[in-house]
Parts: sequence; structure tokens; C-alpha cells
Amino acid sequence: MYRILSKEVLSDVVKLMDIEAPHVARRAAAGQFIIVRIDEFGERIPLTIADFDRDRGTITIIFQELGKSTIQLGKMNAGDSVASFAGPLGHPTEIENFGTVICMGGGVGIAPIYPIARALKQAGNKVISIIGARNKSLLFWEEKMRAVSDELIICTDDGSHGRKALVTEPLKEILDNKDQKIAKVWAIGPAIMMKFVTLATKPYEVPTIVSLNTIMIDGTGMCGGCRVLLEDGAQFVCVDGPEFNGHKVDWDNLLSRLSFYKDEEKKAVEHYDHKCRLENAVAKGEK
Amino acid sequence: MAELKPHERMKIKRHDMPNQDQLVRRGNYEEVALGYSEETARTEAERCLQCKDPKCVQGCPVGVMIPQFIKALREGDMVKAVEWMKVKNNLPAICGRVCPQEVQCEGSCILGKKGEAVAIGRLERFVGDYELSHRSCPLVKAPATGKKIAVVGSGPAGITCAVDTAREGHQVTMFESLHGPGGVLIYGIPEFRLPKAVVHGEISYAVDCLGIDLKTDHVIGRSFTLNELLEEYDAVFLGTGAGLPSFMRIPGINLNGVMSANEFLTRVNLMKAYQFPDYDTPVRIGRKVAVVGAGNVAMDAVRCSQRLLALQAAQTGEAPGEAHIVYRRSKDEVPARQEEVHHAEEEGVIFNFLTNPVEIIGDETRRVTGLKCVKMELGEPDASGRRKPVEIKGSEFVMEMDTVIMALGTNPNPIVFVDADGLERTKYGTAVADTERGRTKKKRVWAGGDVVTGAATVISAMGAGKRAAADINAFLKGEADWE
Ligand SMILES: Cc1cc2nc3c(=O)[nH]c(=O)nc-3n(C[C@H](O)[C@H](O)[C@H](O)COP(=O)(O)OP(=O)(O)OC[C@H]3O[C@@H](n4cnc5c(N)ncnc54)[C@H](O)[C@@H]3O)c2cc1C
Ligand SMILES: Cc1cc2nc3c(=O)[nH]c(=O)nc-3n(C[C@H](O)[C@H](O)[C@H](O)COP(=O)(O)OP(=O)(O)OC[C@H]3O[C@@H](n4cnc5c(N)ncnc54)[C@H](O)[C@@H]3O)c2cc1C
Ligand code: SF4
Ligand code: SF4
Ligand code: FES
Repeated sequence: MYRILSKEVLSDVVKLMDIEAPHVARRAAAGQFIIVRIDEFGERIPLTIADFDRDRGTITIIFQELGKSTIQLGKMNAGDSVASFAGPLGHPTEIENFGTVICMGGGVGIAPIYPIARALKQAGNKVISIIGARNKSLLFWEEKMRAVSDELIICTDDGSHGRKALVTEPLKEILDNKDQKIAKVWAIGPAIMMKFVTLATKPYEVPTIVSLNTIMIDGTGMCGGCRVLLEDGAQFVCVDGPEFNGHKVDWDNLLSRLSFYKDEEKKAVEHYDHKCRLENAVAKGEK
Repeated sequence: MAELKPHERMKIKRHDMPNQDQLVRRGNYEEVALGYSEETARTEAERCLQCKDPKCVQGCPVGVMIPQFIKALREGDMVKAVEWMKVKNNLPAICGRVCPQEVQCEGSCILGKKGEAVAIGRLERFVGDYELSHRSCPLVKAPATGKKIAVVGSGPAGITCAVDTAREGHQVTMFESLHGPGGVLIYGIPEFRLPKAVVHGEISYAVDCLGIDLKTDHVIGRSFTLNELLEEYDAVFLGTGAGLPSFMRIPGINLNGVMSANEFLTRVNLMKAYQFPDYDTPVRIGRKVAVVGAGNVAMDAVRCSQRLLALQAAQTGEAPGEAHIVYRRSKDEVPARQEEVHHAEEEGVIFNFLTNPVEIIGDETRRVTGLKCVKMELGEPDASGRRKPVEIKGSEFVMEMDTVIMALGTNPNPIVFVDADGLERTKYGTAVADTERGRTKKKRVWAGGDVVTGAATVISAMGAGKRAAADINAFLKGEADWE
């Protein structure tokens, strides 16, 4: 069992937790992920390592409440424990001094982009960060991102904070600026955002790294459920990734694979809601 | 029973295994083979001729002391039967259920030459089950030696090595990347063939009685690397199996609805998708499933599919769907255990022999709608001695399908070889280790089971774990040098 040491509510649907897992913290690096399983009945869900503290032996995760498992996790509190916590999985981000780089985080993708931006900054890069979300209430870590960026651009779809734009707009403007050569772009966020970022950078031939969120089970290369189609064949996101050259990804294939279990995911939430209501009713003595 | 004469023994007929009714079991996950009663077991044991030169023992990969344990069993001395068994085999309740006996011990039994072999596997299971329900912790654990051993992987190879080294008084830590121990025994082989309670029984004995420290969620190569383990431990055993699935190189392989058998079986067995939504992990197969291949893995996948289809049908009231095996050779070449093929047939699985997939067909939403195949015929024998299937020109046809499950064999997972310089591997990705002692090319590292042989059997993995343990024990006592 792995204890939740602290919990922070970043927005209505985005939560942060520090979890005690020294075996993961000891070798964790930016770009890697963990697999968590809440209890005996739980599925194995992958979450990016948003931060880590080797001395305390903790891993920070940030997650968006989307379906049954993340909603259930979001209801847990400091002092509670999760049944399994495995990692660090996948390859770390390759950090070097590339020159000027752009780090893009969309929605909950701001969490995983933060340690990457920090490491790139420490390695001597000029870091331009662009973060975005549907609206202000979904944005978080603005100050943390500012602290590790030379320049920070904020966008919201509805203009409730920062620019009213999709993150690809400022991206294109920067790429159009001939005075500044961009060496590399990192983009983490919803698959659809990453797809459009890679479409935007392709004409400029700027290498673009994306971190793919496929459906996973084991996270160790055993099932092949996470496979992604690249220009030169299929690869396993959990062991060959999670970061890939975004220009080689077959996005339509990725998007269709992500939606395969939609009906079941809906059913899981309904079943869970029903169970919660029953339990509440029992607790209140209504049944 | 009075001592029988050989001809009297030979008159006794081999006892059938009582099975769950074939129509009932299609719709549940409970064990199919119910096990012998004590009376049946003892009468079956009477059939053994106690050969001076027992051929059966030669047929068993680890040389189980078959005549001895059978003699003890028929005399009703179960404690002794267990003792004889355990000399060579730590996991009889498991091997008795899953060994391919017809090509191993029973395949070599002298009685099988003229009539029917002694049901060695079923007797072994009886002895193993007796032990599981009667044993208490054995007192035979040597005093602590202060030596530390890391066992990586908790499948049959790892468990056996851990038990045999812990008994010598070494302090053993067993690392497992998944959330539960057992390897293929829990994530691959389904409940209806090998109940998880049997596996857990064997493992809790190792962990609780012998004080083995089990660390799940530890992926070696990531959480710790092999070189890091060597700094802390006196010896390291790699029993990481061969869990990496392969996919056919045909068009359509990345469509929704194409899965590896590993994914399917992991969802169903380890994550208990057949109890979704009480368990969180779903599995979606539609109404028509094709499993490509005909090994044990394929049989398990197709029989799980058959059960899921029956469960679905019971819920929706519709007629159950179809579960198919698609195999490019003929029935004679099927590599799976006979019993599994037989059970699959009884349960209504449809077999398509001499049929080879060439393309998976999908619709505009990228979901599988069909499997295009060609018919094959048997040609000249190939290197393996089996007649090589060749394509019949112009015989293409499409089978309507919702799901295609690939059960085509697996290779070792390379994660454990990160930061493991000096550890040699073959071009297939298997670790190079000698067969007698399990030593790899890297000092103080042993390996055994599927990670060395490629996908093989439970008993061969167990045997490798046992031989490595013996060498580790000798090495740590200073009785054997590395060179
Ligand atoms: C390597 C990796 C790292 C990840 N890191 C993070 C992270 O740091 N924070 C975070 O909030 N999420 C992250 N995800 C996604 C996260 O794993 C899923 O959101 C989670 O599994 C959903 O589980 P659920 O039961 O709550 O929802 P489900 O019921 O499984 O899904 C609910 C909805 O989310 C969609 N969905 C399902 N799985 C994914 C997925 N993998 N990615 C995107 N959408 C999905 C479904 O289509 C569905 O509409 C990561 C995924 C991967 C593969
Ligand atoms: C579906 C199926 C059915 C089968 N049916 C039969 C049968 O009927 N009869 C038979 O004799 N054989 C059968 N086999 C084969 C048999 O199960 C295997 O040969 C046997 O389990 C191999 O044992 P092992 O200990 O070498 O490896 P495994 O059982 O594969 O165990 C390896 C363990 O190591 C863990 N691991 C891997 N990498 C790491 C790492 N880096 N760090 C930590 N842990 C790691 C894995 O998670 C796993 O738990 C079947 C196999 C499958 C897949
Ligand atoms: S271990 Fe397997 S092959 Fe050996 S005697 Fe037992 S059942 Fe037969
Ligand atoms: S070969 Fe058959 S009859 Fe002879 S000892 Fe072995 S099991 Fe008994
Ligand atoms: S999640 Fe199973 S192979 Fe990647």
C-alpha cells in the first residue's frame, strides 16, 4: 500500500497528490510515468510523474477527473492509501542544451510539461512556454511555469484568462518570427491538441516531441494494448515511449484507439455512481 | 487392498477425470476438471507396475520420482507421497494441472505402449491438493546465513528459486513488476484451468513460511537496475519470463478489435474483466472472435472468449456468438495440450485448420469487421519435422469477425537488461545461461525459465529455478567457484 501524503485541488476537476513511493522516486525523471491501481477492483491507470522528491521518497501526480478511476481517486484524501504504484516507467525526456525551445502544455498536460521545462531550463535552454485550457478554472501552475520559463504565454479557449486562442496560434507566430530559431518543441496535452501542434510545426521542420496517452494495461511491454502506429511501423508507448517524434505519429489511428472503450467507460461511471448513491443511502439509514 | 499381480494391475482401466458439465461450464469461470476422489486416486495408483527402469521418469523434464510417490499414495501414506514429490517438484498442484503429460511423463509410461498410461498428472494433482489443504509450515529452514539473494520475477522459475534458496537460510527478496505474484500462472492461465487459490496457496507458503520478502510493483530495469541489485545482493536470479507479444505483419493489425492474447488474457484473468463492472477493467469482443494460433495460449484465449460470449448471451438474451481457432497447420500439428483441445471442442469452439490470415479488414471507424484468410495444404516436412503448410492459390475468403486475437508466441521482455552489461543474449532476445546451473555470462547472475528458453512450460521453468538455486546455494557456501 502506498500512502497519499498530501492532496491539493487545482481546479474543479484537476487534483494533485504526493504519494509515498520511494522505489519509484529514487530513479524518477522528467518524461516518465507511473501506473496506479486504487484497490483490489481497480484498473491500472497510467499517470505522468509531475514532480518527485528523492529525499522524501515521494512522487507528485496530477490528474483530471475523466472517468470512474480518476473520479474515485479524486475522492481520496491525505492519509488514504492506494493498492499499487509502479514505476518509473517509459524513457525519460532527453535533456540537452538545444538552444531555444518551446514547451506546450494543454489542460492537465501542464503537469507533465513542467518538469521537462524545468530540466530544459537547467540545461541552459531558452524556454518559451505556452500553456492553455478551455477556461481559467482549468488552468493551474501558472507561477511554477513562469519560474522555469524565459517567456510564458497563456491561452484559454473562452478568453477567461490570458489570450483567447488555441495554443497553436502563438506557436505559429513564434515559428514565423525569422529572428529566432526554434530548435525543438515539446507538446503534451489531449491527443487532438498534440495532433494540431505537430501539423503546425511540420511546415517549419521543427522537431516536435509529443507524449502519448494511449490506453494501457500493464505499462511494461507485456500486452501491446498501448501500441501506436508510426510511419515506420507500430511501437509500444509504455516501453518505446511515451515520447515520440510527433511528425511520425498516425493520429487518426491513435484517436480511434483511444475511443474504443467509450461505452464501457460510461458504464463504469454509472455503476460507480449507483454504488456511491447506495452507500450514501445506507449510511443515512434510508435503506 | 491386497498386493496385486501385474496382470491384475493391468486389468484396471484408467480412471476418467470428473469434469464440470460441458454445457454448464461454457458460462462460468470455475475449474473444469474436478479432481480425483481419494478412492479413485488410490485405485488409479494401483495400476502402476513400479518399473525397475521407470520410463515415465525419463519423460518428465525434472525427473519426478514417480514410482515412489505413487507407491506411497496407494499405501495411503500421503505425507510420504508429498515428500517424494517435493524432492524434484515444488509445485505439484500446479504441474498436475498444466503439464503436457501426454508428451512427457505419461507419454513415456510403459503402460501407454499397449493400452493407457497411468494418469500420473492427475495423481500428482491429487497429492498437490492434499498438501495445499493439509500442510503447516515446515520447520526445515536452515539458520540464517546473512547472505542476500534477489529473485527477479515471480513466475514458476522465480518462485522455485526463491523457495529453494530461502530454505538454506539465505535472505531472499523477490521482485515482481505486476501488482501480484505468479507470472503467467495468474495473468495468463485462466481460473477455469488453474484456480488462483492454488497459485496463491503455493506462493503464500513461500512468502509467509519462509520469510521471503515479496516486492510487487518493482520493475527491474526501471525502479532498480540489475547492476544496482548486484551492489546490494550476493546473487541475482532472473526469472522474468517471455512476456513480449508478437503481432503478424499483415495489413490491418492496428485496427480496433485486434489484440494480443496477452492483452486479452491479462484483461480477463489478472484484471478480472469477466466481472466488469464490479471490477474496473473492461474487455470488448463483440459477437465473433477469431484466435490465431493453436498453442496453449490460443486455447486459453478461445475458451475465455467462449465464456465471455456465453455470459453476454445470458445477459442480453440473444444467441451466443462464435469463438474460432484459426490455425495454418492441421489438427495433428496442434501444439496445445490434448486435454485443452478436447475441452475446447466440447465447449463449442469452432476450429479452422489449414487456414492462414492474410489481412484484417475494418470499417470506416477503424473497427475490425473481418479476417481475410487463405486455405493451406500440407507440403514437405520442414526443419522441425512437421509438414510445412503451403498456400492454395486463389483460395482467399473472408470470415466475418468483430475481434481478432493474436496468439503467436512471445519473446523475453528487454526491460530487465537495461544496465546489465556483460549479460549475453541471443538474437531472439533470450538470456544466455548454461542448462545445468543456470549461470549467465555475468558474474553472480543466474537465469532460468522462459527468459532463457523462450516460451516453454511451467515444469521446465520450475526445473531451471531449482537447478539454479542448487548452484546459488553451492556458490554462496563457497563450494563452487564462478569460473
Ligand atoms: C503515459 C500516460 C501518462 C498519462 N498522464 C496523465 C496525467 O499526468 N494526468 C492525467 O490526468 N491523465 C494522464 N493520462 C491519462 C489517464 O491515464 C486517463 O485519463 C485515465 O486512465 C482515465 O481513467 P478513468 O477510469 O478515470 O477514465 P476512463 O473511464 O478510462 O476514460 C474517461 C474518458 O477519458 C478518455 N480517456 C481514457 N483513457 C485516456 C487516456 N489514456 N488519455 C486520454 N483520454 C483518455 C476516454 O476516451 C473517456 O472519454 C496519462 C496516460 C498515459 C498513457
Ligand atoms: C496463456 C498461457 C498458457 C500456458 N499454458 C501452459 C500449460 O498449460 N502448461 C505449461 O506447462 N505451460 C503453459 N504455458 C507456459 C508457461 O506458463 C511458462 O512457460 C512459464 O510460466 C514460464 O515461467 P517463468 O517463471 O519463466 O516466467 P513467467 O511465468 O512469465 O513469470 C515471469 C514474471 O516476471 C515478471 N517480470 C518480467 N520482467 C520483469 C522485470 N523487469 N522486473 C520484475 N519482474 C519482471 C513478470 O511480470 C512475470 O510475473 C502457458 C503460457 C501462457 C502465456
Ligand atoms: S512434473 Fe509434469 S511431466 Fe513431471 S511427472 Fe509431474 S506432471 Fe508429469
Ligand atoms: S512407467 Fe508407468 S507403470 Fe512404470 S513406473 Fe512409471 S508410471 Fe508406473
Ligand atoms: S501497456 Fe501493455 S504493452 Fe504497453
